[in-house]
Amino acid sequence: MAILEVRNLHKSFGKHEVLKGISFSLEKGNVLSIIGSSGSGKTTLLRCITFLETATSGKILVDGDAIFDGESTVKPNAKMRREKQLNFGLVFQQFNLFPQYNVLNNVTLAPRLRAKEREDYKQNKKQILAEIDAKARTLLEKMGLSDKLDFYPCQLSGGQQQRVSIARAMALEPKILFFDEPTSALDPELTGEILKVIRELADEHMTMVIVTHEMTFAKEVSDYIVFMDGGVIAEEGAAKELIEHPKTERLQAFLSKISD
Amino acid sequence: MQDFFQNLSQQFETFFTQFPVVFQSLNVGFLQTLKLFCTTLLGALPLGLVISFGSMSKMKVVNKITRLFVWIVRGSPLMLQLLIIYYFPGLVWHKPIWGGGEDGRFLAATVSFIINYACYFSEIFRGGIQSIPIGQYEAGQVLGLTKTQTFFRVVLLQVIKRIVPPMSNEIITLVKDTSLARIIALQEIIWAGQAFMKGSHGISGAIWPMFFTMVYYLFASGILTVLLGRLEKKLDFFKV
Repeated sequence: MAILEVRNLHKSFGKHEVLKGISFSLEKGNVLSIIGSSGSGKTTLLRCITFLETATSGKILVDGDAIFDGESTVKPNAKMRREKQLNFGLVFQQFNLFPQYNVLNNVTLAPRLRAKEREDYKQNKKQILAEIDAKARTLLEKMGLSDKLDFYPCQLSGGQQQRVSIARAMALEPKILFFDEPTSALDPELTGEILKVIRELADEHMTMVIVTHEMTFAKEVSDYIVFMDGGVIAEEGAAKELIEHPKTERLQAFLSKISD
Repeated sequence: MQDFFQNLSQQFETFFTQFPVVFQSLNVGFLQTLKLFCTTLLGALPLGLVISFGSMSKMKVVNKITRLFVWIVRGSPLMLQLLIIYYFPGLVWHKPIWGGGEDGRFLAATVSFIINYACYFSEIFRGGIQSIPIGQYEAGQVLGLTKTQTFFRVVLLQVIKRIVPPMSNEIITLVKDTSLARIIALQEIIWAGQAFMKGSHGISGAIWPMFFTMVYYLFASGILTVLLGRLEKKLDFFKV
């Protein structure tokens, strides 16, 4: 069974329809890249799945459970929505780290607040917090940031900030990790370190959805690629095949523009 | 020449006999000034936050009414507001709700100042809150934080950092604005100093106590400048 399934998703802003019926599915441990020119709706798709926008209609299923159903008349309350949200981690283009917390606390803040809702929190507080702390340190070590734990975001390079934000997203153990153009706000020489991290995560079979402009990277790291154009999926297929042998004219035109 | 020195020494003598009387009287006035300053701050900070939420409300009625209110209060002189708030109940309703005497004047002045300053603060708060990038809220949301947690754990300190400089300005202005309460004869420091021009405690026509009141204001605003500067420095460890 697919870990993520999106069925006929629509999204309009006023009269402007940005997503015109998107359907795809993703297997556990696979990496899906979404490519397409600006305005094709790929970021909106990501934002609809991660609840930053509410889709107009369609269905989103995680492990077979509908976490969003446009037909449903039941309005999800804030708590339900929050639970569903925790299926996903999201890495933003602009990092969006919390500037007043140091690196370690950026990563531990959400898990600490979340732990307070555990029933055994009061009894095992010390142990729970120690576990959260240890886990955050392990994640940050993996990101190559062990020596930056007490640095504040403003003291870090863009690449380092983005690595912190990946660790922050992973600290809650999401089932699927989403990346919204993770290297677009970085200087070219810094994109490499982020791509390396994502590649390592892919090797560990982390399920990921990546919106990206890095074609070579997408081809290499993903199992499957979806090409969006004008709010629809114009072409999709296995990563290597899609990039090397595009079938539609639109994708051919897009790829030739990118490689220029 | 001898006359001059005699005159000078006489002047010094009067000054030294008058000084303790004036000093004591100015201290009493300054205490009233400080009281008005502190109560205004205590009242206007939370009220300002409430008004700022009103002016950011998505409910159109609340939003429009709040903004109209803020416009009226910020757009008209505080002195006028003082006069209206103090005299209106007595003259129109024939009910002097403030009570008589200094306590009544103080209450009326406090209410006027709190309303006036809350409106100014609310605009500063609104600017501060709205200047926080939407990405901060979104990051809070995708990490499963509640709206309350996002506001208090993520946004608030960033807002405070941003509003410290404009708030410092308003707070120092407030120190001096308290003197406007003189218009309803609140016995603050200007009133106390002016009494010696008109005649009080057997001293009249003395201008030097007025200059002396300036020392109090400079002292108070000086201390506030240092304290608020320290707060600004303390928040320097991060950038927003």
